[in-house]
Amino acid sequence: MHAEITSPGRRPKGGHLGDRIFGGITWLSAVAVLLVLGAIVAMLYLGARPALEKFGFWNFLASAQWDPVEELFGGLSPTVGTLVSSLIAILIAVPVSFGIALFITELAPPWLKRPVGTAIELLAAIPSIIYGMWGLFVFAPWFADNLQPLLTDTLGELPYVGELFQGPPLGISVFTAGIVLSIMIIPFIASVMRDVFETVPTGLRESAFGLGSTTWEVVWNVVLPMTRVGVVGGIMLGLGRALGETMAVTFVIGNAHELHWGLFEPGNSIASTIANEFTEADGEIYTASLIALGLILFLITFVVLALAKVMLVRMARQAGRRT
Amino acid sequence: MLSVYARRKLINAFNLTASALTTLLGLFFLFWLLWVLFQKGFSHLDWSLFTQDMPGPGEEEGGLRNAIVGSLLLTGVGVLIGAPLGVLAGTYLAEFGRHSWIAHIVRFINDVLLSAPSIVIGVFVYEIMVAPMGRFSGWSGGVALAIIVIPVVVRTTEDMMRLVPDAMREAAAALGAPRWKVVTDVVLKAARSGIMTGILLAVARIAGETAPLLFTALNNQFFTLDMNQPMGNLPVTIFNFAMGPYDNWHDLAWAGSLLITLAVLVLNILTRFFLRTKK
Repeated sequence: MHAEITSPGRRPKGGHLGDRIFGGITWLSAVAVLLVLGAIVAMLYLGARPALEKFGFWNFLASAQWDPVEELFGGLSPTVGTLVSSLIAILIAVPVSFGIALFITELAPPWLKRPVGTAIELLAAIPSIIYGMWGLFVFAPWFADNLQPLLTDTLGELPYVGELFQGPPLGISVFTAGIVLSIMIIPFIASVMRDVFETVPTGLRESAFGLGSTTWEVVWNVVLPMTRVGVVGGIMLGLGRALGETMAVTFVIGNAHELHWGLFEPGNSIASTIANEFTEADGEIYTASLIALGLILFLITFVVLALAKVMLVRMARQAGRRT
Repeated sequence: MLSVYARRKLINAFNLTASALTTLLGLFFLFWLLWVLFQKGFSHLDWSLFTQDMPGPGEEEGGLRNAIVGSLLLTGVGVLIGAPLGVLAGTYLAEFGRHSWIAHIVRFINDVLLSAPSIVIGVFVYEIMVAPMGRFSGWSGGVALAIIVIPVVVRTTEDMMRLVPDAMREAAAALGAPRWKVVTDVVLKAARSGIMTGILLAVARIAGETAPLLFTALNNQFFTLDMNQPMGNLPVTIFNFAMGPYDNWHDLAWAGSLLITLAVLVLNILTRFFLRTKK
């Protein structure tokens, strides 16, 4: 493929030029992908600069003030909301995804594997605004009437952490946002887990079974240790999705700028703040502050997604070496 | 006390049951969502939905015609800009620069862009198009969607072209075909249906995207085909109507949600079918 052709016959003359032109066009397109990312970062930085110069990056990040009248802005409350709702989502989604991946790879009879896998992946295809509608009109009222009182009466009574499970019985809260997010990211994490579980050679599984292990012991002591890097990569991928999700969160988080300990209190996230306020923002500093929030969000997700990618590549290399 | 043996069996049974239950939970949520969509949206799927424009505040009659047309236009522009760029970039990664350092970086960045927060892309396009031009427009919405299309298409194009065996490339080269001809006439042709699948997946992805349109295409209550004007579109309409105070707005939002979901699910199932017959 890469060897130079050194035959005595002459190649058609147009070939070389055509190669250079066509290769050049594809090269330009590939570089355009890089430029898009570079331009996004540059434009976010330029747009955010008035706010960052006025408040300073760290002060902006550490301040919970959000006062459009006085033009004093800080990103603490949306940043905390983003991190907390995503953390709740991950805490719920990881065990559930693990269960689903385990079911598909180890338990399901062959005829069931494909339909179940497809159904779970369709969950990922549903647009996020649909999750938002469902969350606002169906899930939040149900949650407020059923699950929230239950949690407040049980976990809410515990010392120290009890305060986390208090709040008005609206169903519109950081916690609800976390649950809706978890449903959205379960298919992503589950399908990565399934894929990496399937890279474990059958021989290894069978030898563990041969030693008398139960299915659970095979998964927990053989499959999981071998695929740890890939599993963590899948979780990071889900986390990256959760951090940047806009519509599903905007519907159910409540869009309040105060910080509370209670997870059942309304809050906000970076994405929901931008979605709600960007078109209404008047004044350079207001807009710049919202763009600064976008910059923070982009940096956080970039780091998380880059880590996810690095881990999944490492996993793929390991799998390649073994086979 | 249980014997070690009985305890291991118990743990196994417990955990495997839990695993089956989590799967049921996932399926339960899928069916709950679909059930709610059909229950609330199906009764409002009638002709007036496709023949009338959006109702204003307090108006009784109305449909989603302008939003549906706007969504089709925006999606079309997004794909027409994004797909060719994506296919070319994917071609570079698979053919011309397969092992070059720049290809490694592009691959990495592309995978990050694949999951980048779409709201940030909306802000970016606002800054480069809406702010300088001084108005929201259909074009800017299309560009925002194109940025989401590109990484999806790059990824699938590269994967599909790499499935084409090198022997085919060598056979074409041995016949004296220049490299560009090998790529366009042999590799692209062999990978065509796979690449189409990727483009369809990208369409499914942007059909429901809301966040990047909020400050680019914005929304428009009136019918327009002018891409220089703010343009009505389904996702933002659903958002506005769902947050609005009127019952008929809510009904239309549900009908629109059902439309989008059906379209997206059909596209997804179609692509799956495509890929399976290919293999």
